[in-house]
Amino acid sequence: MSKKSRKTKKEKVRELEKKEEGKLEELRKAVLEPSEYVARLIEELRLHEKLPTVLVNSIRSIVLAKYGAKPDEEKIKQEFENLVGLASRIYESMKPLEDTLPRSIMDELLSKLLDAAYRYSIGDDELARIREDVRQSYLRAIVEPGEPVGTVAAQSIGEPSTQMTLRTFHFAGVRELNVTLGLPRLIELVDAKRKPETPIMEIFLTDEYKHDLNTALAIARKIEYTNLEAITASAEVDLITESIVIRIDKEMLEDKGLTVDDVVDSLSKSKALAGRVRVSDEDPMTIIVEVPKTQAHISKILKFRERLLKVKIKGVKGIKKVILQRRFNPQTGKHEYVLLTEGSNLAEILSIPQVDHRRTRTNDIHEIERVLGIEAARQALINEMMNTLREQGLEVDVRHVMLVADLMTWSGMVRQIGRHGIVGEKRSVLARAAFEVTTKQLFDASASGELDSLGGVAENIIVGQLIPFGTSLVQLKTSPRLLARGGNSQ
Amino acid sequence: MMSSRPEKIESKIMEHELVPKHELLTKEEALKVLRELGVRPEQLPWIRASDPVAKLLGAKPGDIIRIIRKSATSGVSIAYRFVVVG
Repeated sequence: MSKKSRKTKKEKVRELEKKEEGKLEELRKAVLEPSEYVARLIEELRLHEKLPTVLVNSIRSIVLAKYGAKPDEEKIKQEFENLVGLASRIYESMKPLEDTLPRSIMDELLSKLLDAAYRYSIGDDELARIREDVRQSYLRAIVEPGEPVGTVAAQSIGEPSTQMTLRTFHFAGVRELNVTLGLPRLIELVDAKRKPETPIMEIFLTDEYKHDLNTALAIARKIEYTNLEAITASAEVDLITESIVIRIDKEMLEDKGLTVDDVVDSLSKSKALAGRVRVSDEDPMTIIVEVPKTQAHISKILKFRERLLKVKIKGVKGIKKVILQRRFNPQTGKHEYVLLTEGSNLAEILSIPQVDHRRTRTNDIHEIERVLGIEAARQALINEMMNTLREQGLEVDVRHVMLVADLMTWSGMVRQIGRHGIVGEKRSVLARAAFEVTTKQLFDASASGELDSLGGVAENIIVGQLIPFGTSLVQLKTSPRLLARGGNSQ
Repeated sequence: MMSSRPEKIESKIMEHELVPKHELLTKEEALKVLRELGVRPEQLPWIRASDPVAKLLGAKPGDIIRIIRKSATSGVSIAYRFVVVG
């Protein structure tokens, strides 16, 4: 008996041990998930402090490409350490370039070198040769002093824009929403028009609500500007009771997500109407508004009716129409709801809690300048111009567009390129006269006794001199004193 | 229902993806920058003191703001703006 029980005990122990082993196995498997293991190795070595992020990422992707499907800690660790050694060697060798190269080129160089060095062996002297080659190629590629970058930019944007469509309107894949595109939009941008012809907003929702159709619809309803006129079927003046009888359009009311009580409430908010608005006793869809005594004259009563119909019921000023769109977000790999609006009011839309204030945008550059500042306006100008060009299938280098945007925002305000903006502020009379309104420029300049110092291109062409660009920008000066001392001037 | 009280946007604009990082420079830093670039302050691009971001930083006319932009061509690029009255 006792023997038997002991045996069962042993068996029990063994069973327990097996269970434990199973758990251990599970644990080990969990740890062995290669991407996690690599992440842990990176953490342990504090790799982010020692190497640039781009190299750390390259190491991770190389290791995972090879061992992502084969969870073998030993091999992964070996490969990882090998790569870290390689990366450190490359980084050490390329470090002197850090001050010369821009970040993106440096990153590209480092990751490409790691890739190459992983497949073929590259020695230290070869790395040094690559470094010097890259340095030289880079310095040779940058703009030289005296290069007329403005003229080059003007040509580079001007020529492709001759191929743009001249048609103003286009349905940009969105039903019922007009967007100015093509040449008219480009002109609008460089002219820094006060208001775009078709202001639109793209409203994104926060992570919490962006997949929720009901919230999206609720916000769309809330922000769409609605005045009394939009939901009115008829508005008649009753001269006997000195009131205006408004029959509400039930369909429109429902479409806007409102009730008759809402309408009465928002009408009563205005001081002139408080206490004078009531729902008719006979028909629940009719509102009666008493005309104030001061407005009770027949000539005034019609004007009062006009103003009454313009009273805001709900919404954000300027937002005329809202369209809901379900859009694929490549970053999250999911569909999300985006609101497109006709009309724009950035400040008020950004203050709505459910709106993602990071991504929501407008195409009104001046509004961006007012709400988000001059730097945001500069970036928006670049984005809008590039999108306009790209949408027409034109590839213009972003550097030209950046130069234009820099110039337009240089003074801290968005200014147009034109006779009222940048060209109008040129210091040279002749250059201004060569652009537009020649006689006016010349008359004004002579009346105020302006002097032209012939510093720019246009004025020098007019007087027949070399333009101060390229090689003619350089001037040689001889110092007789130094020559007399032996000629070896420094 | 969801809350609908409007929020102050001042705290939000710095987080907008169009707004790059702005830093207000101290006197010493500003002098160092000007020496390195070899320019007078008014030769830098300007930013008005009433600019929403400048206001948030508490910049006064005469200050210099460093702007760390994300650039399409160079990854990161650094620019400076001189705060002017306006």
